Amino acid sequence: MKEVVDQGIKTQEIEVNFGPHHPSTHGVFRMVLTLDGENVRKVNPHVGYLHRGIEKLAEKRTYAQCVPFTDRLDYICSMTNNLAYVQTVEQLLDLEVPTRAEYIRVIVSELQRIINHCVFWATFGNDLGSQTALMYGFRDREMILDVFEELTGSRMTYSYMRIGGVAKDISDEQLKEIERIVDYMLDEALPEYHNLITGNEIFQARTKDIGILKPETAIDYGVTGPNLRASGVEYDVRKDQSYGIYDKFDFDVPTRDKGDTYSRYIVRLEEIEQSCLIIKQALNMIPEGKVQVKRVPKRPPDGSTYSSIESPKGELGFYLVSDGSKRPYRFRVRPPTFIHLMALEEMMIGEKVADAIVILGSIDIVLGEVDR
Amino acid sequence: MGALQNLFVNLALFFRESMVNIGFSQLGIEATMDLVAGIGVLAVIAISALVLIYVERKVAGFIQVRLGPNRVGPKGTCQTVADALKLVGKEDIIPDRVDKVPFMIAPILFFAPAVLAFAIIPFGENMIPIDMNIGIFYFIAVCSLSTIPIIMAGWSSNNKYSLLGAMRSLAQSLSYEIPLVFSILGVVMITGSLQMSDIVAAQSDMWFIVTQPIAFLIYLIAGAAETNRPPFDLPEGESELVAGYMTEYSGMRWALFFLAEYAHLFIVSAMATTLFLGGWHGPILPSYIWFLLKTGFMIFILIWVRWTFPRIRIDQLLSLGWKFLLPLSLLNILITGVVLYII
Repeated sequence: MKEVVDQGIKTQEIEVNFGPHHPSTHGVFRMVLTLDGENVRKVNPHVGYLHRGIEKLAEKRTYAQCVPFTDRLDYICSMTNNLAYVQTVEQLLDLEVPTRAEYIRVIVSELQRIINHCVFWATFGNDLGSQTALMYGFRDREMILDVFEELTGSRMTYSYMRIGGVAKDISDEQLKEIERIVDYMLDEALPEYHNLITGNEIFQARTKDIGILKPETAIDYGVTGPNLRASGVEYDVRKDQSYGIYDKFDFDVPTRDKGDTYSRYIVRLEEIEQSCLIIKQALNMIPEGKVQVKRVPKRPPDGSTYSSIESPKGELGFYLVSDGSKRPYRFRVRPPTFIHLMALEEMMIGEKVADAIVILGSIDIVLGEVDR
Repeated sequence: MGALQNLFVNLALFFRESMVNIGFSQLGIEATMDLVAGIGVLAVIAISALVLIYVERKVAGFIQVRLGPNRVGPKGTCQTVADALKLVGKEDIIPDRVDKVPFMIAPILFFAPAVLAFAIIPFGENMIPIDMNIGIFYFIAVCSLSTIPIIMAGWSSNNKYSLLGAMRSLAQSLSYEIPLVFSILGVVMITGSLQMSDIVAAQSDMWFIVTQPIAFLIYLIAGAAETNRPPFDLPEGESELVAGYMTEYSGMRWALFFLAEYAHLFIVSAMATTLFLGGWHGPILPSYIWFLLKTGFMIFILIWVRWTFPRIRIDQLLSLGWKFLLPLSLLNILITGVVLYII
């Protein structure tokens, strides 16, 4: 939190309402800012405009029927949401997933991470007033969406992960196309991103030393994902509580020390690079075989379990309680962006109103996940 | 070629002679000629705005790897007309608790200085609507006027975004008007005249961009800030202030703000051409074509900047104006003065 300097001038504070209908609140988020001139004095976030009661609704569905609900949490990256959920159910059932399915899961969830960070880059540029970035980011996302559409039949709500595997096998042509996209991202798109935005003098002046989140504050709030790594804490669920087959891949966890908006930005771009490398390794190692276990038990035994994955936005966890019936007794989501929003005040106080928008953009929220 | 060279001048002469033949009084002829010039200026504004909006959208489309308007008319050329018609047909919404009179006249007052500034632009050889001996001074005075309607719009809208936008606009104009004026001063010192025709005539051998490169850069930056275009579009700052002082406006009133912005874009580019790029001077082609080509080039640069740069922050904008551009422009004046003294 920045120190608010009292300049001895009597000024009147005004309250400005950002959202729920506002060009840069990324959905239906609302925050009430108390401004002294251009400086932010108070932040009051309001959430709940997109509440659909998913957690309650899930209690009336069977385990398999809950997968489509997870699509609608973080609608930018449905794949990883699916994965987090089915992985928890598999843990509850103590189910082994075929190796090929595991590889496909890694490939699609890393592609999903690229999509998410492209969208982040695009909207972050837009928040800073560079509309061209928006177009470029969405252009590259579109290619991956085409692959996903061919694979799953849907552009955004995939429901591709199934309990005990994936819905459909991936073809060799699709794998080739994915390889082409990965090469394109590494050789053309990323240098272009850096040329257009990262190196820009105005961009650096706008983002450096803005919205600093100290590592200890970040840990206190439970911040995870790129936002935590930008503050200098090297915590990645893929490495630290390795799930699936992530221990087979060789990749780095990009971190920065400063915790400002620029670090959060650059960490994400470097993650695109790492995701591309993981996909390349997975494409070389992927074995032939089945993608779905033959029989999935409908009723898990009594008990509860929690498991989490590294979603593009942070640690996405599911907590499931089973009472032995075919429906979950309790279906609880640990959404990363809801937790990130709580740390918003720490970052915003004392900054300029224009920076408030940049900070909100830099923590990369999706309201479908915040409100559920 | 000869006929084309002085097409508009000959037209004006023909007009004047025919009025003499009909038997108008001297005063009547002058008044009518001024009226014709005025209509000419309005036509230029209307046409340039229509063309500019289309060109900007097409160039933006090219930069952003998309198509731009391509549905209405051949290659989408009628898109601007369709948009304008839509705006004319819209309901004139005046929100409930606005201060009605300033709210209603602000767009008109914002548009008026843009029209006035066209009066002193030398479109070609002998093609200045009014060749005032204080041309530069008039240009600066008229351009500064546009701040007041913005404040009127922001204040009367009874909206916090509008008010913040208007305040930003005021701070921005204050800090950019001065470097703008000082950058032009270098040119005035060399020519020793405030008259536009003299300034253009002085550039027949060498453009002032060669002798005054720093002034040109300062003019370009300050001019972009004057037009409220990105990266200096803080008064509108979409990502935080929705639309700034224009938030509550819709329909034709909003369109007036929009049109005036394009008129300002044209003026700033035309003045850059006149002051630094040799005005209408150029070989072979008629003078007005040269003027339009150079102005078009300047406009293209401003469009290019708009679609590649992120937006600057208000305090950075002010410190750029006061701590960098202003001393630099003073230095430029000093160097110009010393060199002139030595020569």
